[in-house]
Amino acid sequence: MLSIIEFGKDVQAPGTVMKRPCHGQVKIEGEVLRSFGKPVTASGASVPLANPVIRALSSGGLRSGLVAIFTALGLSAGAASPARAQDSVEILNVSYDPTRELYREYNDLFNDWWTAQGNPAVSVNQSHGGSGGQARAVIDGLDATVVTLALSADIDAISERTGKIPADWQSRLEHNSSPYTSTIVFLVREGNPKGLSDWGDLVKDGVQVITPNPKTSGGARWNFLAAWAWALEEYDGDEDKARDYVTALFRNVPVLDSGARGSTTTFTQRGIGDVLLAWENEAFLALQEQGEDAFDIVVPSVSVLAEPPVTLVDGNITSDAQRVAAQAYLEYLYSPEAQALAVKHFYRAWDTSAAAPEDIARFPDLKRLTIADFGGWAKVQPAFFGDGGLFDQIYEE
Amino acid sequence: MRANTWRSPSPMPGFGLSFGIMLAVLSIVVLLPIGALLGRGIAIGPADLWDMVNSRRVWAALGLSFRSALVASIFNLVFGLILAWVLVRYRFWGRRFIDAAVDLPFALPTAVAGIALTALYAPNGVFGQALAQLGIQVAYTELGIWMALIFIGLPFVVRTVQPVIEELESELEEASATLGAARIYTLRRVILPTLTPALLTGFALAMARSVGEYGSVIFIAGNIPNLTEIAPLLIVIRLEEYNYDAAAAIGIAMLLISFAMLLAINIIQIWSRRRIGLV
Repeated sequence: MLSIIEFGKDVQAPGTVMKRPCHGQVKIEGEVLRSFGKPVTASGASVPLANPVIRALSSGGLRSGLVAIFTALGLSAGAASPARAQDSVEILNVSYDPTRELYREYNDLFNDWWTAQGNPAVSVNQSHGGSGGQARAVIDGLDATVVTLALSADIDAISERTGKIPADWQSRLEHNSSPYTSTIVFLVREGNPKGLSDWGDLVKDGVQVITPNPKTSGGARWNFLAAWAWALEEYDGDEDKARDYVTALFRNVPVLDSGARGSTTTFTQRGIGDVLLAWENEAFLALQEQGEDAFDIVVPSVSVLAEPPVTLVDGNITSDAQRVAAQAYLEYLYSPEAQALAVKHFYRAWDTSAAAPEDIARFPDLKRLTIADFGGWAKVQPAFFGDGGLFDQIYEE
Repeated sequence: MRANTWRSPSPMPGFGLSFGIMLAVLSIVVLLPIGALLGRGIAIGPADLWDMVNSRRVWAALGLSFRSALVASIFNLVFGLILAWVLVRYRFWGRRFIDAAVDLPFALPTAVAGIALTALYAPNGVFGQALAQLGIQVAYTELGIWMALIFIGLPFVVRTVQPVIEELESELEEASATLGAARIYTLRRVILPTLTPALLTGFALAMARSVGEYGSVIFIAGNIPNLTEIAPLLIVIRLEEYNYDAAAAIGIAMLLISFAMLLAINIIQIWSRRRIGLV
């Protein structure tokens, strides 16, 4: 059955009716989106099939279209059912370690925008921790509305084990559902006393390297992969030599914390180690917090393009209002304002149109490999970090 | 009376009620979780359990956990006895304050204790700097784990021994002295035998607590596999890998070793009680 739903005055969307939840609203599935709204006409037979109009989409591209639709949807929902508009909507954003500062500010930015559209304020609760542990908490029943984790493998695990997220979740939002990206850099002590300039220097005698445990930390897995990528390139694809290199690298690690933030503390506060393998954003944050004269950032010749993804946990949604707000919460991450905020918090963003030029100038160019270059998480996870995988073998010898 | 032959008669009523409450609460709080763990173990099967436990890394972690618990508890046994003795037998300014401070490790969140100890003993910390000049590193080594476990285990020995020392009659010591015993002989043959059961109880409690300690240790241990990785951390790592079976296997191994140890301590305790004629 087909239906056209109307969002406010100007925006209409056609689609097949999937559900009729309540309040005369319908859920439709169209070519570009699934959504809720009040139908223009009561039911399918009289809807003119030949003339599907989504005016907003035709003019401004997918993203602005979606934003416009959700804006309008918020307005119409508010107008249609004033009683429901009073219900406060709560979202729990389960995230990983280094995003604390970003989401603290983003939640305010989002709420300002969201209420300016005439929606009731959304109260966003945050939970932070090691990415893997957070995923496990969601699997074990933590009531996450959205997850914003370090690795797609962690969201895959939630999807596989609970079915609360559809398997194709990563195609639901642009750029593999990753609104911002980051990379792995070296944070060294002021003046770089050990003269560390690239991965090869980290295995020298007397160099202490700080990294979290790849078993428990998403960032540490990227550290490991970046080191591995450099070694493969250096030794012309000789895996035995690359293995010797990462073994030597981890021989130089005196402390393995369970999360990225723990390692940063060990390096910056406890004064342990000569170099911290860190998220770029975490390294910049350390500079900002500890003062520019305490540490230097060294950019290696090869690193990774880490894409921390976000998605909706469909199985935990309790109401339409919550779904709409949560969806908008994620979509708005792609808006120029939110992207500028991500850049301000030292993430690399896709849309830098609204970002301050001095913020953008901080990011040096470097060769960045994506997880696809390593064969995807489905292959990398068991081979490198699974039980008996490459990382375990390092400590078996 | 016939129905109750499995208990000795008591003048107090309410046996059925209190026994029922005891059984219900014990089941919910203690037996069910342990039963669930053991049930998981039975489902996995002993052969697979053994395979999952029998690796160098797991043995290293179990060894470290039990070794450091033993070291810390032995230290606490000696130091706790001295502390309790001083608190009971001598009157000095600030005694009540010290008495209250003994309980702090109970009250403080273990993570706070771990972070505080790490900050103190890290190479740039107050104690850490001084010790580094002597060539001793505490934080991120096994020594650091001992420090954390000594901290959390101390109140157990003090609080179990203290009331027994209070009950000790100093007449016994005086009698021993008038009969010509040297001080060290009185200590060895009169005081210590009376205190042994309480000391063993405190030791067992501190030991049991230390073996499973996680919160404070992970901050001060370096968490390096085979060197400073404690068994509870390895369980968490297995969980992070979604390997629930291997986590359960290590949990069961810890349970069995702890059980054997507590059993041994209890047997020694019964033997020592018999020796001084308390049973």
